[in-house]
Amino acid sequence: MFKYYGKYAPYLFILPAAIVLVIFFFIPFFQTFVLSFMDYSKDIYNPNFVGWQNYIQLFHNPIFYKVLWNTFIYLFVAVPILAIFPLFLAILINQKIRGVTLYKILIYLPVIVSIVVAAIAFKWLYAEQGILNYAVSTIGINPIGWLTDPKYALYSVIIVTIWKGIGYYMIIYLAALMSVPKELYEACDIDGANFLTKHLTVTVPHIMPTIALVTTISAISAMKVFAEIYVMTKGGPLNSSKTIVYYIYERAFENLDLGFASAMAVVLLIIVMIFSLINIFCFERNKYQI
Amino acid sequence: MKKLLEKLTIHSILIAVSLLSIFPFIWLISTSLKGNSENIFAYPPQIIPTDFTFDNYIGVWDKVNFIGYFVNSMIVAGGTVLLNLILSAMAGYPLARMEFKGKKVTFFAILATIMIPFQAIMLPVYLITLKLHLVDTVNNLAGFIGLIMPFAVSAFGIFLMRQAFLSIPREMEEAAIVDGCNVFQVFWKVLIPMVKPSLAVLAIFTFIGSWGEFLWPSIVLTKEAMYTLPVGVNNLQGMFSSNWRFIAAGSILSTIPILIFFLSMQRYFISGENEGAVKG
Repeated sequence: MFKYYGKYAPYLFILPAAIVLVIFFFIPFFQTFVLSFMDYSKDIYNPNFVGWQNYIQLFHNPIFYKVLWNTFIYLFVAVPILAIFPLFLAILINQKIRGVTLYKILIYLPVIVSIVVAAIAFKWLYAEQGILNYAVSTIGINPIGWLTDPKYALYSVIIVTIWKGIGYYMIIYLAALMSVPKELYEACDIDGANFLTKHLTVTVPHIMPTIALVTTISAISAMKVFAEIYVMTKGGPLNSSKTIVYYIYERAFENLDLGFASAMAVVLLIIVMIFSLINIFCFERNKYQI
Repeated sequence: MKKLLEKLTIHSILIAVSLLSIFPFIWLISTSLKGNSENIFAYPPQIIPTDFTFDNYIGVWDKVNFIGYFVNSMIVAGGTVLLNLILSAMAGYPLARMEFKGKKVTFFAILATIMIPFQAIMLPVYLITLKLHLVDTVNNLAGFIGLIMPFAVSAFGIFLMRQAFLSIPREMEEAAIVDGCNVFQVFWKVLIPMVKPSLAVLAIFTFIGSWGEFLWPSIVLTKEAMYTLPVGVNNLQGMFSSNWRFIAAGSILSTIPILIFFLSMQRYFISGENEGAVKG
């Protein structure tokens, strides 16, 4: 094709997006590292360079390890459930049955509702004299401090994240299931395979890339949880439900210790970048081919 | 017979999961409709209110400026959508169709932003926003711009538009150029009308993401008059401390707009065609 555009046209088209990305992504990206070597805690307007001090403080802080541990529990509980259960639902919805659209709408509903409303709704379910404690009392269990007992608070919050994510991943799986050849299922039916073997031998191997994709996206979003914790527990009790992003927020905007919070942000950045690299290079490569 | 049993099992599982998906909202609605003479902590819990009333809705509507929150959310989400459409389409076009120096670098720089979570860079973003005076303490307009700009464009949008442009046959442009169009006319009059479906997808998913955004507005906003719906709803907890009837009514009220949006656009969300349209 002949070149119909001037020398500067490509740059003019990219310029507006580039300005936004430079100001709100690239400069902040590098500045995060710079901030992590500064001390803001004495005078927020005149930070001074302190070298590795924030990192030393961070690695000597027991809360840091608690927060890191909580975040990994979040990953280990939420990610497997979000990778497997929505697939199971997608397979069920993909059978020739009535009412598929209604099921999809109802199960997708938590995805579009504001996370703040979702967290408030669960806080109400979890209330001390709430409906969940009534439910457990009917089977003879004493009231549980869902959000007030350090043993349970983190898991109670994780349930909200899982509940809000199921519909989203189910739709991703449904799209992937369309690509599985129907003849393979028919062959299984002739062999008399049951539901489980049929899907373990045909469906799962066929949509492995999607399973892997869902695993990494749900891992990345589990690393970034904030609103659930902010609305329901504020990280408590006793830091038991505090995760990385909430801790960054707390140190930066409540303690005004931007340097320490930035060191924490660098840790988050590194972990998320590793997940994203895996995601881009293994699963979404074709989407980003130059 | 075996087939019937199988279908029955599938339906019962799906009905159970559907109920679990909406139950937290049902219980919230139930609580919001209970009057003062009914104990909302009663055991066993009552789903159908015995003292049925809309008073909680009226009460919370009088005390909380929902229209204000709604308008603020519309301004922020609308502005974010508009900028994303314009900036993504503009940036996606040369990446799909033109050869220029630095194309590879630009491509990978944009790709790299996918790996940078906003939560990790939000502190410098906040400092920059302050420095640019884009906060509500300056004036409301500056406040809105500050809420919008960090999300004005995304790598996801740029790549989505690039893909859309790649799928258009080159003959379309060639014909237009022969007819005497310049590059801007080709872009605006020939290409943009042809990528409308992708623009619609980008608009809808950007809107949902922006509408639900909570972290950034709760960092930058200082004035209640500037609150968006999620920030306003979170604030209900403080305003009505333990008046769960009001908190429930307010939460439900705030959900109505996005519910209408979802139900009218549901095919975009649940058809699965837009898989990969990643949430915020």
